[in-house]
Amino acid sequence: MSAARTQPAGLSKWVVTLPPTIFLLVFFLVPALIVALAGFRETGEFGGLAPWPGLSLDAYRFLLGDVIYLEIFARSFLVAALTTLLCIVFAYPLAWLIARSPKQRRDVLVLLVILPFASNFLVRIYAWIMLLGPANLLYTPFAVIVGMVYAHLPFMVLPLYINLEKHDPALLEAAQDLGANAWTRFWRVTFPLSLPGIFSGSALVFIPVLGMFAVPELLGGTGDILIGNLIKEQFLENRDWPLGSALSIMLTACVLLLAGLAAWAAKRGLHGTEAVS
Amino acid sequence: MALLEIRNVTRRFGSLEAVKDVSIAIEAGEFFTLLGPSGCGKTTILRMIAGFDVPDEGEILLDGKSLSGVPPEKRPLHTVFQSYALFPHMTVAGNIAFPLEMAGKSALEIRRRVDETLALVHLEDKAGSFPHELSGGQKQRVALARGLVNQPRLLLLDEPLGALDAKLRVEMQIELIALQREVGITFIFVTHSQQEALALSHRIAVMKDGRVEQLDEPDKLYSAPANRFVADFIGKINLIEVEVTSSSKVLLGLCAAGLGEIAATDPRPIAVGERGVFALRPELIRVFGHRESADLKNRFEGVVRELLYLGDVTLYKVELANGCLIEALMPNAAPGRAKFHEVGDAVAVCWRHDAGVYLRN
Repeated sequence: MSAARTQPAGLSKWVVTLPPTIFLLVFFLVPALIVALAGFRETGEFGGLAPWPGLSLDAYRFLLGDVIYLEIFARSFLVAALTTLLCIVFAYPLAWLIARSPKQRRDVLVLLVILPFASNFLVRIYAWIMLLGPANLLYTPFAVIVGMVYAHLPFMVLPLYINLEKHDPALLEAAQDLGANAWTRFWRVTFPLSLPGIFSGSALVFIPVLGMFAVPELLGGTGDILIGNLIKEQFLENRDWPLGSALSIMLTACVLLLAGLAAWAAKRGLHGTEAVS
Repeated sequence: MALLEIRNVTRRFGSLEAVKDVSIAIEAGEFFTLLGPSGCGKTTILRMIAGFDVPDEGEILLDGKSLSGVPPEKRPLHTVFQSYALFPHMTVAGNIAFPLEMAGKSALEIRRRVDETLALVHLEDKAGSFPHELSGGQKQRVALARGLVNQPRLLLLDEPLGALDAKLRVEMQIELIALQREVGITFIFVTHSQQEALALSHRIAVMKDGRVEQLDEPDKLYSAPANRFVADFIGKINLIEVEVTSSSKVLLGLCAAGLGEIAATDPRPIAVGERGVFALRPELIRVFGHRESADLKNRFEGVVRELLYLGDVTLYKVELANGCLIEALMPNAAPGRAKFHEVGDAVAVCWRHDAGVYLRN
């Protein structure tokens, strides 16, 4: 009864949600449909799209016919996975330390984590060029990973911190009281309870890394191009819109498939942890 | 030899002395309670026994061996936390198995012991449930089972019934007594509820401001409180300021200002002229109509100012000649009569000469 009363009435619900709904329809759903459709069009004489109707499956045929695209997809997923993993490894101790520090200091530490966003992203990547250049590490896969981890670390730290901060310290005391040493306490209590934080952090890192083109373009070598670069190239340099669109759709499909799998796995394996997340 | 010995333990937090030179010996098989208002140091003592806190002075011995330097995970004792602290990501069976896994027991033994303990707390059908699917009372039982399953030398219970509603609390008290008798493990129970302490314990240490005020069996604490604080903290009591007027072997004459002589008894030699307080339980006072005669040594006339009808008993507040209010509790034990007196009635309050105790200031 009380739940029904706190929910906004039908009309006000519409008034509140209409503007964002319209915005998303116009600037997200419609463009997405245009891209999806463009993948099935013919390339125009001078690039772009051929006049309507000009439908064909050429883009997909081309995409699936060349093993190089598969290779770039595989490399992109590998880079995204590696970046996510490294972000977890680096962000976990940081988030844990912030969550364990005195309450009045936590906000300052969180602010420090997001402080780099105050300066322009490209400027920060250029800074890495100056740092990696003299060490002869520029234009290598290593430089790409460094840039990716650097750019996405805060997106892992924040959800992890929010999760770890909510852990009840009594649980660790209980584990210790029942005979668990520090190592066991971490792996049996802290870590499993932090999985929701790790999952949301991973989603925030993995998906943007898949589509990222600036970092590989600025820090990577010619062999380091990822899907993001490929898509950008089709639209801006090659002017092969159908191929670019097809690549985009493939990428979206892969991400959705992965997200679906992760959600399914989380539902099965995370029972109980939602109580603290 | 006592199972657990707390020897001259002092604990300071900054300038505050939370525990002051406390010495307690607890025997094997005992249900021992630390009772006191919040901030009296009872939880600090419990945390020092568990190892989460360290005494500044003194030491704690288990089976005659000092526990200093032994981390909590190495102490053969478990704690039931006030918040239960059940692991939310583990099932009931997983929670109960945890201490056994930590002790390195075989999978077969873990299975057997978990099943046994689930049966002990009547939760056989909840083995696969998660803590958030349980009621408060069930969570409480899981926390108890987890504490007991590995048969610790000592089980520490930190206000474990505090989060339950009144009816469930009484049920759990009865279960706790039965459980302790069944497993034979020594319980150290911390509570601020005197009713809980009286109902459950073999012995109680009443604490105030970091000190043990009195350590005794529940009935002794109730009937013979050692001082004003204990008398006032445990149960309801009337306190009347008095001066000793005569003292002969066991009989004691007390004078309450504006009231007259109170006849009391005390085996101690007490000097005439000493000032103190006369403590008298409400249920030991009889309230008569002022014309009724009673063959009791102490009889004082007064007027009923307030009454609280509680069903089984009625609490009368009677104003005496000197203006002090005496509380008397009378059972409504006569069939067909709800209460015996009304507000404004002239009455006489009477009690036996051995009903109350004289407490020195």
